[in-house]
Amino acid sequence: MSFTPQLPPVAKLEQKTVVDLVANGKRIDDRPADSYRPLTIQVGLIEKANGSAQVHLGKSKVLVGVKVETGTPFPDTPDEGVLTVNAELGPLASPLFETGPPSEQAIELARVIDRGIRESKAVDMKSLVLLKGKKVQVVFVDIYILDHDGNLIDAASIAALAALASVKMLKAELKGDEVVYKPGLHPLPLNNHPVAVTFAKVGKTIVVDPVLEEEQVMNARLTVTIEKNGNICAMQKGGLSGFTQDELKTVVHLAVQKAAENRAKILAAAKG
Amino acid sequence: MPEPKQPEKLIDDKGIRIDGRRLDQLRPIKLEVGILDKADGSAYIEQGKNKILVGVYGPREAHPKHISLPDRAVLRCRYRMAPFSVDERKNPAPSRREMELSKVIRESLESVVLTDLYPRTTIDVFIEVLQSDGGSRCAGITAASLALADAGIPMRELVAACAVGKIQGHMALDLSDAEDKYGEADLPVAWVPNANLVTLLQMDGILTTDEFEKGLTMALDACKTIHGMQQEALKKKYLVIKEVAEEREETEVVA
Repeated sequence: MSFTPQLPPVAKLEQKTVVDLVANGKRIDDRPADSYRPLTIQVGLIEKANGSAQVHLGKSKVLVGVKVETGTPFPDTPDEGVLTVNAELGPLASPLFETGPPSEQAIELARVIDRGIRESKAVDMKSLVLLKGKKVQVVFVDIYILDHDGNLIDAASIAALAALASVKMLKAELKGDEVVYKPGLHPLPLNNHPVAVTFAKVGKTIVVDPVLEEEQVMNARLTVTIEKNGNICAMQKGGLSGFTQDELKTVVHLAVQKAAENRAKILAAAKG
Repeated sequence: MPEPKQPEKLIDDKGIRIDGRRLDQLRPIKLEVGILDKADGSAYIEQGKNKILVGVYGPREAHPKHISLPDRAVLRCRYRMAPFSVDERKNPAPSRREMELSKVIRESLESVVLTDLYPRTTIDVFIEVLQSDGGSRCAGITAASLALADAGIPMRELVAACAVGKIQGHMALDLSDAEDKYGEADLPVAWVPNANLVTLLQMDGILTTDEFEKGLTMALDACKTIHGMQQEALKKKYLVIKEVAEEREETEVVA
């Protein structure tokens, strides 16, 4: 069951400062409304993962590891591989996070990232089939939040794409009943590059890449995931209030522009 | 039940969909208010083959107590699909999809409920999908806001919801199960008319920005229609009650 979350106590004065700044075209960390915090992407930090990427988005830190293993396909898609996305909001990342089963925030985060990758058909699922209906390769995308200073969705989306783009995996083949691996390491075939762009409505103003202080006072949040041709491939609204029709139109166009900027950075980092 | 086969075409040459609708046409909607005895408020919706029952309890004492908030009521929401509501039996354990939908449905309702009137309490919304036919989260929201009103919980206004999608390259209103499954995109929208706020917006599939804008306009127009139906459904129950009460008053005066 989902219930209204308890927000951490933020002093009224601090709330007012954040809202007033945004209303006057400024932000608590001195950015324009339409710009991201400094973004750094490192790939290949985890040698035992097929692909990995660590993203610093301002002070938010996210690590994504990709593992490719053999498994069985879902009965309704016998001719496709399997993609699973999971997110862990561990207690080391924020005083707001607790141990235990995944929170609804973690489930939402994982499902929004999953939707972007799945709907844009980024991973070539057909290429992962070894024996139709019996054996396929399974791609696990595990999102680890290490430090939470706002906008985890975008940080995770950037890290997930960078990790997928940097995958080095064994190519499996089926000989009789046995899975054998071809020599050498191969990239994971990627057909698309989805990038999530998240906005927060603070007061009546919309800002991109909200920092934690802004998330704590925002009325609503919107994530727009853009694929490589500039089309929308996933959206998710969050937060207790909403957006007007005009706001949505503006935001979608800004998302296309911001996604292209971030996509270039991700692909450059993944090539390394 | 065996899964129905994939239709050859979702739209025929005359622009008519598999269930006989035009692209901008809603499925038949039936709304009923106050059909459960024990719940403080309840509503039932049929939209196409969707059959969804919503019960509301509250404001009532928060349990467990630590979830209560000092300055407002906590809104709790559970979206749940019955195991028999879909072609293949659904595992009754709560799925990640149900957990996500419970969250976005709650967030779509938060801004209309006057929660600050009832600090330290909970208002519980239980959405049971008895049969699912595409667009169940939207139908659930439409019914949930009626059930909240039926429970007598002060609200700013009703929330109406409807999905649009893309089938065979065309934007189409209120996708059915098959259209959702074999179509190219799905865009569920919830709208608060007077505040002019979209309080639920999700999308999967591929849409150009132009298609998105067109789809959003279609969805909001449909939400207006549904909003009218919601008001009628409430009047249907409460105007009758008012008439009965007035009649009784008159006879008492005569006596």
